Order: sequence, then C-alpha cells, then structure tokens
Amino acid sequence: MLSIAALHTYYGHIEALKGVDLEVNAGEIVAMIGANGAGKSTLLMSICGNPRARSGRILFEGRDITRMPTFEIVRLGIAQSPEGRRIFPRMTVLENLQIGATTAPGRFEEGLAQVFRLFPRMEERRQQRAGTLSGGEQQMLAIGRALMSRPRLLLLDEPSLGLAPMVVKQIFQVIRDINASEGMTVFLVEQNAYHSLRLAHRGYVMVNGRITMSGSGQELLANREVRAAYLEGGH
Amino acid sequence: MEYFLQQLINGLTLGAIYGLIAIGYTMVYGIIGMINFAHGDVFMIGAFIAIIAFALVWTTGLASIPLAILLVLVVTMIFTAAYGWAVERIAYRPLRGSFRLAPLISAIGMSIFLQNYVQLLQGARIKPLPPLISGGVILTEGNGFAVQLNYTQMIIIVVTVLLMAAFTLVITRTALGRAQRACEQDRGMAALLGIDVDRTISLTFVMGAALAAVAGLMFALYYGVVDFFIGFLAGLKAFTAAVLGGIGSLPGAMLGGILIGLIEAFWSGYFSVEYKDVAAFSILVLVLIFRPTGLLGRPEVEKV
Repeated sequence: MLSIAALHTYYGHIEALKGVDLEVNAGEIVAMIGANGAGKSTLLMSICGNPRARSGRILFEGRDITRMPTFEIVRLGIAQSPEGRRIFPRMTVLENLQIGATTAPGRFEEGLAQVFRLFPRMEERRQQRAGTLSGGEQQMLAIGRALMSRPRLLLLDEPSLGLAPMVVKQIFQVIRDINASEGMTVFLVEQNAYHSLRLAHRGYVMVNGRITMSGSGQELLANREVRAAYLEGGH
Repeated sequence: MEYFLQQLINGLTLGAIYGLIAIGYTMVYGIIGMINFAHGDVFMIGAFIAIIAFALVWTTGLASIPLAILLVLVVTMIFTAAYGWAVERIAYRPLRGSFRLAPLISAIGMSIFLQNYVQLLQGARIKPLPPLISGGVILTEGNGFAVQLNYTQMIIIVVTVLLMAAFTLVITRTALGRAQRACEQDRGMAALLGIDVDRTISLTFVMGAALAAVAGLMFALYYGVVDFFIGFLAGLKAFTAAVLGGIGSLPGAMLGGILIGLIEAFWSGYFSVEYKDVAAFSILVLVLIFRPTGLLGRPEVEKV
C-alpha cells in the first residue's frame, strides 16, 4: 500500500532522513519506534510532502506521490494526526471535524457517527472551542479529525505522548478497533515502544534517520537490543 | 442636537465605506500575516470601474436608476475582484516562503504601480460622476437646522449592512469560511487535511477586493468625483480602522471602520475639517501605543 525507497529529507543543511526504505501493507498496523529526534515525525510529514523529500521515492497504492502537493496527496486517501496534534484551537470541536471531512464531504455523517462512537467525549464537547480541551481530548480530536476523511491509510504521530495511562489505553484500543473492523491500514510512530509494538503487526526501529531493525511486533519486543534501548526501566 | 444627529449620519456613512475596505485588510492579514498595502488602490480601481460601468450602462439607455446601480455593482465587484486576484497571483504568491518583509515591499510596489497604471490610462485629472440619486428624507427639524438622511447615504448604509451580514455568514457557516479560518490558524495543517491553501488565499483576496469594489462604487456615488490617488488616504484610514478594531478580527474591522468614520465626522463638525486626517491617524498612534491588539483583537491565550 505504502512503499518508501531510499528516502532522503533535509531540514536546511541537516539530513534528517538518510535513506529510509519501508513497506506498509494493506490492512496492517505498522509501528515505528525510535528516540526523540530520530526522524520519525519527519518521515510521517515527508510522506505528505512537507518537508519535501530531497531524493528517493514514495508510492501510495502504486502511485508516485513523491512530488505531489500536500493537499493532493491526502486526497488520495491518506490522513495524518501530526506531531503536536495541531487542532484548530479557535474553532469548535465540530468545526475541526468538519474540516477533517474536506476530502470526503459526501461521507460526513458517516464519519461523524464513527468518531462520536469511538470518542463519546467528542460528542459531549462538540460546541466547545477546541483550544479549551484537555490534552487527552485534543489527542482524540486530532485522531477523530483524521478519521473524518475516511482514509485508507492513517498516519499517527505519537498518539500516546503526554497522556495519562488510562487515556493511552483507550486510544490504542480505538486504533485496534478501526483496524480490525474496517481493515484500515495504520502507520504510527511512537516513543512508547511497549504499547505500540504490542499493538502492531510489524515494527521498525529508527536511529538517527536510518532504519536499523525491523520485524514483527512480537519479534521486536523480544529482541534484546530493543529491550535494552527502549524498554528497560519502563513497564 | 440636530447638528449632532447630522454628523452621526455622515459619520456612519463614511464609516460604512471604511469598514468595507478594512475587511479586506484584516482578512488578508489574518490568513497570510501581511498588510496588503495595495488594497487601498484596489478600492480606487473599484471606483474607476464603477464610473466606467455607469458610462457604459448609460449608453444602453437603461432608464431605471436602481437597476443601473445594481448592474454596476455586480460588474464592479466582478472586475475589481479579478484585479484583487491578479495582485495576489503576481506580487505575493511568488514570494510566499520568502522573508517576511518581501511581500510587504512588493505590496508597496504594487500600490505605486496601480496608481500609475490608472493615471496613465485615465489621466491625472479628477473624474466626475453626475449625481444620480437626489433627495432624501428630513428626519427632524429644529433651530433652523434640518437633519437630512439622503438617499445615497441610505443606500450606502443598507448595502453595507447587508454585505457585512452575508459576509459574516460565509465566514462562520460555509466550508470556504472554515477553510479560511483553518488556514489562518495553521496553514500546514490545513493542507494536511486536503485544503488547497493557495486557492483559499486567492479567494480571500477576491472577497476582499469585491468588498473594496462596493466601497469604491459608494465613494463615487457619495462624493461624485474620483481620481487615481483616492486609494492612498482611504486605504490608510481603512487600515487604521482595521488596527483599531484589532487586525485579523472581522467584527473588529467593521467596528473600527464605523468608529473612524464617526471620529472623522465629529471632528470635522465640531473642530476643524482641515485636521480630520490628523484626528483619524492620532487614533492609530494611540491604539498602537496603548492597545496594540485593538478593541476586538484577541490576546493570545491558548492551551497547548
């Protein structure tokens, strides 16, 4: 479904991605773990064309999207809940969700019903200004907004960041649900290695802009280096 | 009292015109964070297009004045909007992502260009528009002074109120308005949700120019003369109005416009006409010193 080959991305003179290759197959949940600054968010944003990849190739469902404008890439069926959530703080929850449906205006009601089913809290707060939501609620809104476009590929950047363990659990359960019930493909990047590798079918490890390891979620969880680098001390 | 009432009416009329122009400043500032210094000149272009459109309508022999004005209004809005679109496309879009000052300098250049362009095509002398609408209603009379609301003023105020209401609806209720507000808050995120940011910015310029066009037509009807330089002062006043209301705020631009109109009218009425511009611009200075966010501008408090 998503196929990335030899991707190089720069911020100014700094090479953030140094030749990334990866595959995400239809119906999978794929997790990428790595430390802060490894290039995980850059990778997700590069898929959507911002920052633009310097070289390499990104294929979505066989189509080369490497040079497409961002708004056209997402119209093909990719949605992203980005780093920092980036909800529109001065709009209501409902307006945020309406904007999420920009690429699928005909399926607004369907999307709204799903988001309210997955996150009942959003329905309660639909008329509230998004900037006044709690961190966990903002995360729910960011994911809900991404779901409003009825994507085939969902990109999630650190959905667990800064959230209470209960909320993290709830959000990971939602990801599992939409993958199981609709077969939605999910690619997430996380620092929370334990939860995300347990959730994912497959995983990648990124260090300094390169992928250093890959395997099934279980394999990576059992791997000694992964345990030493990302799991010791936690859980 | 009668004199006061008369100045109030005059001030509201003037304020309506400033408010219509101010919306264009505030919207463009909101969405791309630049002051479009050519906006006053787009208003001036609107006034010229209105006069040309009137001349053309006369040649068709259309007898009904309301119909003629409506026709001219629509034509003026369309053509001026095209200018607004072109200005953005030529002078600002290529500079997007460049350093912050670049589009601002480009805007000043565009302003000078538009003035010279009109001067070259239409000449430097003032263009008169024969009075089309005469008469009015006497509201009250007393102390030998009659308070008159003339029909031109009535049209200006009514059309402005209708347009502002329609415009507010577009911004708050439609997909386009949501897209504009989304771009204003986070352009990168808007693109990530499938919004065509360039198109949204273009439409913002188009809408601002269309409103400035209406202001241009009203100006021509009200004063009966236009020249290539009217955009400078009117633009600065409208900019002052936008800053007074809180730049980036739509209701602020409307309120600011009305306030500047009133200040100018009352100052002219009670103190001196010669210094009315000083009064208006002193307000700009005072606002910038004591309340830089303007009356309805928002102090930035947001939970992250």
